[in-house]
Amino acid sequence: MTASYLGRGTSARNHNAMLSQLEFVRRHARILMWVTLIAGAIVFVFPFIWMLSLSVKPEGQAITYPPTLFPRSLDLSPYVNVWGQIGLARLYLNTLLFAGAVTVLSVTFDSLAAYAFARLRFPGKELLFWVVLVTLMVPVAVLIVPLFFEVYEFHWLNTYEGLIVPLAANGYGIFLLRQFFSTLPFELDDAARVDGAGEFFIYRRIIVRLSGPAIAALAVFTFSFNWNNFLWPLIITTTSNMRTLPSGLVLFTGEHEVIYNLMSAAAVLAMAPLVVLFFFLQRYFVRGIALSGLR
Amino acid sequence: MTAVAEAPVLSALKPVRATKRSSIRARQAATAYAFLFPAMSILFVFVIWPIIDVFWQSVRGTTFLPPASPYVGLGNFRSIFDDPQFWTDLRTTAIYSAVTVPVTMALALMVALGLRHNNFTSRLLRTVYFLPALSSLAVMGLIWSFLLTPNIGVLNYWLTKLGISAPDWLGTTTWALPSVIAVAVWVTMGYDMVIFVAGRQGIPEEYYEAARIDGASPWQQFRHVTLPLLTPTTMFVLVTSVIGAFQAFDQIYVMTDGGPLYSTETLVIYMYRYAFENFQIGYGCSVAVCLFAIVLVFTVIEVRMFRRTQREAY
Repeated sequence: MTASYLGRGTSARNHNAMLSQLEFVRRHARILMWVTLIAGAIVFVFPFIWMLSLSVKPEGQAITYPPTLFPRSLDLSPYVNVWGQIGLARLYLNTLLFAGAVTVLSVTFDSLAAYAFARLRFPGKELLFWVVLVTLMVPVAVLIVPLFFEVYEFHWLNTYEGLIVPLAANGYGIFLLRQFFSTLPFELDDAARVDGAGEFFIYRRIIVRLSGPAIAALAVFTFSFNWNNFLWPLIITTTSNMRTLPSGLVLFTGEHEVIYNLMSAAAVLAMAPLVVLFFFLQRYFVRGIALSGLR
Repeated sequence: MTAVAEAPVLSALKPVRATKRSSIRARQAATAYAFLFPAMSILFVFVIWPIIDVFWQSVRGTTFLPPASPYVGLGNFRSIFDDPQFWTDLRTTAIYSAVTVPVTMALALMVALGLRHNNFTSRLLRTVYFLPALSSLAVMGLIWSFLLTPNIGVLNYWLTKLGISAPDWLGTTTWALPSVIAVAVWVTMGYDMVIFVAGRQGIPEEYYEAARIDGASPWQQFRHVTLPLLTPTTMFVLVTSVIGAFQAFDQIYVMTDGGPLYSTETLVIYMYRYAFENFQIGYGCSVAVCLFAIVLVFTVIEVRMFRRTQREAY
């Protein structure tokens, strides 16, 4: 649009009028965009607001007609009771250990493999990459049975090794990082190689450094996925001192009837650390990449 | 004379250079395998091996009852193809994927580009859009069923107040699938958004400056700078979304368990029903193999589609 009217020899007045018109459209488009984004956000946050409201409603008020968002009276006791009744502290610790270790290991191993796929030449690359894709194509629900027997054969049931090692690499992560690594200019590696840098140096100091947003995104996905991973810890652990948050909470609600306020309070507490973490970690994956200085 | 004298020198040099080049190649290959070793060994032991087991089980009539695993050849597959329910569920899965994948990707891309800056509002809204990904699907499925219930659910209460007669979202065959699809978009959009935000950060601002200097409108910048340079990101999101959609399970299982009247039964729920509710493990594994074949075909097509633009990455 701009190009066409600059091309024509318009008078200064016309030019100004068109500019302000354009400015008008642009500003309104901005307002429209923000209104849509905020409206969408309200839809997204609503179930969580409802969950929060359920967690502070006294037990009898969970199901009422008409349904009310704001509770008539507050009952914060679930937030206190949940600590004593299910040993929440231990669950937090186990979850942090499990999700943290899986994240550190799998981001490391995935990024190493992705470096090979994106930046190095070797025979069998195409085939091995398809192997990586194939690992994503069979639903976890059926893999869990043979996997359980494998962990059993290793004598790893109810151990941290059993929980962590099978998840220490992930096809999804390798694929994601390979896509990002492959967009970086190859001149970077070549220049470093000419200067005598080894592959590990190039991986660590150039490729990983420049892929901060992708690595941060993968770390957040892996951590939150495993923080909420239900099925895997449930089948690998057998004693209550090894349980993680989701399986611990569900076993708790399974033993009793669904007590909405207690379940919601537990869900809010399980989720809160992740939300805080995500909010503050964002600056890492929205950090622009300054390639200009490197070229 | 000189030419003759040079010839043996050249031929003497050639093999040296060739071996040197091939030794560099060999060294790079060795390095590559070293980089691949940790991840690939874990994948082979803990994913590929179980997958092989699933294929092995798919030609057996394994149940949880003895005698264990008699060989049945392609019998399981024949029963699958003869089961009209399988075809209905395949259709349901196809509709579910055909709607969720493009809708989620388009919304995620728009939200990601709208919220790609790092001010407080963007950070807050991004966190909100990512909330479903941070939550437990089992709990949120329960909360959604709660909100969508006709008598006590808040959605229908508000719609009735507006004078709209609202249906029983999860209880009727017409509305159950659209409701489940809407919740699926709600669940997966955050992931795609974060990936698109990260992908957009990888595009140097200089390209946009250059485009603006050339007088490109915001749409032209999107069409000719953002979209082509996002190709590797888009390919990743498309391939993983299609795989994910064909494997949809968790929130559907919690919200409807495939009902009412199988109207939301996807292939994975069908598989789960046979393997873990009827304890026909062999049959369940055959369903998984069929699902694998379908997903593989789609992935090959998608990768081929992107191959042309991805060439330089190889």
